[in-house]
Amino acid sequence: MSAAPKKRPDWRALVRRAPRAPRARTGLDALDFRTLWRSLAGREAGLADRIVPPSGATAKLTVFAAGVMAFLAVFALALALATGRLADRWAEGLAQTVTIRVSAPASEIEAQTAAVQQALATTPGVAESRLLGGEEVEALLEPWFGPDVPVDALPVPRLVEVTTERGFDAEGLRLRLEAEAPGAVLDDHTRWRQPLVSAASRLRWLGWLSLALIGAAGAAMVTLAAQAALAANGPVIRVMRLIGARDLTIAQAFVRRLTRRTALGAAAGTVLGMLAVFALPDMQAAGGFLTGLGFTGWGWLWPLLIPPVGALVGFAATRAAALRMLREVR
Amino acid sequence: MIEMRDVGFAYPRGGALFQGITLDLPRGSFQFLTGPSGSGKTTFLRLCIADLLPSSGTLTVFGQNAAALGRDEIAALRRRIGLVQQDTQFLDHLPVAENIALPMIVAGEPVDMAAIRDLLAWVQMTQAAREMPPSLSGGERQRAALARAVILSPDVILADEPTGNLDWDMSLRLLQLLIELNKSGKTVLIATHDLNLIRAAKQQVPVRVLRIAGGRVQAGGTEL
Repeated sequence: MSAAPKKRPDWRALVRRAPRAPRARTGLDALDFRTLWRSLAGREAGLADRIVPPSGATAKLTVFAAGVMAFLAVFALALALATGRLADRWAEGLAQTVTIRVSAPASEIEAQTAAVQQALATTPGVAESRLLGGEEVEALLEPWFGPDVPVDALPVPRLVEVTTERGFDAEGLRLRLEAEAPGAVLDDHTRWRQPLVSAASRLRWLGWLSLALIGAAGAAMVTLAAQAALAANGPVIRVMRLIGARDLTIAQAFVRRLTRRTALGAAAGTVLGMLAVFALPDMQAAGGFLTGLGFTGWGWLWPLLIPPVGALVGFAATRAAALRMLREVR
Repeated sequence: MIEMRDVGFAYPRGGALFQGITLDLPRGSFQFLTGPSGSGKTTFLRLCIADLLPSSGTLTVFGQNAAALGRDEIAALRRRIGLVQQDTQFLDHLPVAENIALPMIVAGEPVDMAAIRDLLAWVQMTQAAREMPPSLSGGERQRAALARAVILSPDVILADEPTGNLDWDMSLRLLQLLIELNKSGKTVLIATHDLNLIRAAKQQVPVRVLRIAGGRVQAGGTEL
């Protein structure tokens, strides 16, 4: 060649060397949990990561969508945990109290009330019993009759609130009251307690279902992002296949990038969600159904699982999408 | 290295492009593949890298039946074949040096930048190492493609119209690079319709000319 340089570089050694046997499995061609960890915690794999061209809009949308999903997931998690606590509290609290209602003619009511109290005093499993006073009964009736109810002028039954403990036999007490105070009726709250507990349990279930749906929607979102990225980079994939890249090697570049974006978005969304839950007004003071919505104590650690789970979902979704699409390129 | 036994090929919605091709590409040989435009030269090379599979017959690459190879095995096979296409594609967002390093990445080898610099000097592109592919001229693209094709020291080099967009001086320079590779033991197959290029090569190395015509491949006027 006429234009050859005078001092020729040692290219012969380069091209004459024996072809190297393909390496079985290296860090660059594996697509397993080690790769996931390296995607999240490791540094960039240099050129191997940069085979995918930077794509501004898709990247931002992936981060944003992952953030939104994580934000919603924090609330779904808070709902699930709060309704779980509510159900437990209702079940436990109501299970430890019974009410005895004494309805009898005015001439007998005092005697029957005394008989009830006497029976309770000798009933195993009764921790405490208390006859509700006139003001308490008035407060109970106020929602229906308005303030200043003349309780004394009405044939209002006497109410005895009983706190129970281990060994309490509601059926046994009911039979005994039938004999000793026929006007007394034992109400162990089963009739209305069960629907409440059931409702709270269902809410808890809905919370977990919402969490699962958010996870599924996140996976779908990442899958779409991966498919869009793969479709937009058809020429890159073609070049890589022609120079001998395995599917896993190509997929890894996409997986690492999308997993990192998903984890980043999920972390940001989780932090914002936790701040929003933290900033909720004190429901204890407001009372009502929402009492206790949010996280308590160690429960604040639960939402911290969302970013790694989000990254795992992103990793699995991208991996599946990439390998599926790569099979279409020979 | 590459053997065809009674190979036929037809595109799904087209007629038969090849039929009954039987030939060998022996180790260390230097061969040209000629034929008119549309005769199937590019298709022939795509068969050689298992980018397409024969419709009939048996294609054996490095002793392996191409039709029986899995995707990873095809990838491994391609790492032993350096391919220079007429319009070689690069990753346009990476500089030339990194494009040339890509085969090392896919092979799981550490990127040897010193070797890449030597290779760039060999193809006289040292100054273009940091340039992006879209800014390269046609000749530079072909030389960069050759550098990428040989970075893993492949057993076979396939070049599809490598001088198609080049002037004569640049064509000779590229041919010289391929001859040097052949002298170092590589098997070279060049698809071209440039007879002057073939004559220039014949003056330096023993070459065999394969001609595709009528769906068959002939060598030196003899049907294979």
